[in-house]
Amino acid sequence: MTFRKYLVLAGVTVFAAAGDSMLSHGMKQTGSISLNHLQGVIFAVLNPWVAIGILLLLAFFATYMTALSWADLTYVLPATSLGYVLLALVARFLLHEQVSPLRWLGIALITGGVGFVAGGPSLTTHPPTHPAAHPAEDEPRATAAASGVER
Amino acid sequence: MKAVYTWSAIFVIVFASVVGDVLLARAMKQVGDVGALWRRAGFGTVIGRTLGNPNFLFGVLAMAVAFFSLLFALSWGDVSLVAPAAASLTFIGNAVAAKIFLHERVDRRRWIAASLVAAGVALLAG
Repeated sequence: MTFRKYLVLAGVTVFAAAGDSMLSHGMKQTGSISLNHLQGVIFAVLNPWVAIGILLLLAFFATYMTALSWADLTYVLPATSLGYVLLALVARFLLHEQVSPLRWLGIALITGGVGFVAGGPSLTTHPPTHPAAHPAEDEPRATAAASGVER
Repeated sequence: MKAVYTWSAIFVIVFASVVGDVLLARAMKQVGDVGALWRRAGFGTVIGRTLGNPNFLFGVLAMAVAFFSLLFALSWGDVSLVAPAAASLTFIGNAVAAKIFLHERVDRRRWIAASLVAAGVALLAG
């Protein structure tokens, strides 16, 4: 795991949390949308918070796909679940919401889970070999993963 | 009766997001390291190879199904039940599916991580 890859994982975490918060904030301003008045969706997208939220969620999807291109699903998912913790901390310290003891316990459990998975290897599979699509440069990665040295 | 609807919708959300995550993970492993591919062949190749991958397209489709089932579930049940139940069951389902379908080595460390995160998410959103 290089610094750049940790940066991508941090991007997945932050973009997801920030995008969801912006969308939620924007949708509360525009009000609820009913199936009978679908044109409301168009006005919702015109709300700057909603538009920024959508852009951030696109950034989330791009970084998520990038992370999945070189790390296991069972590594990326727990590693990026810190976003839930981030949301709770934002709620507590920026929005001054009450965070109950049970929620603090939840934060502790997630943080512990992230620590567990982050200490292990990020890739445990051989990438599927497509000789045409993958020239020789994938070889060192596959052998490193097989011997468990890649972190 | 409403509880049956809600839990069926939660089951569909979890199933669809697990299928989606597994397909997307498989697609991106086939595309290969995005950073290396970008440096070698350019940004257009990365986009073209990703969007041209059938696993990617079906993965996005499954994610769309999960999203709309979430909307249905939210119209039947409370958000404080639906959101944490779906999120934490998806973590566990993904660990099982990644082991079976992606042949990831889900060792004890990863089981513990997935279970801790699933429990934590359930507590946070509950």
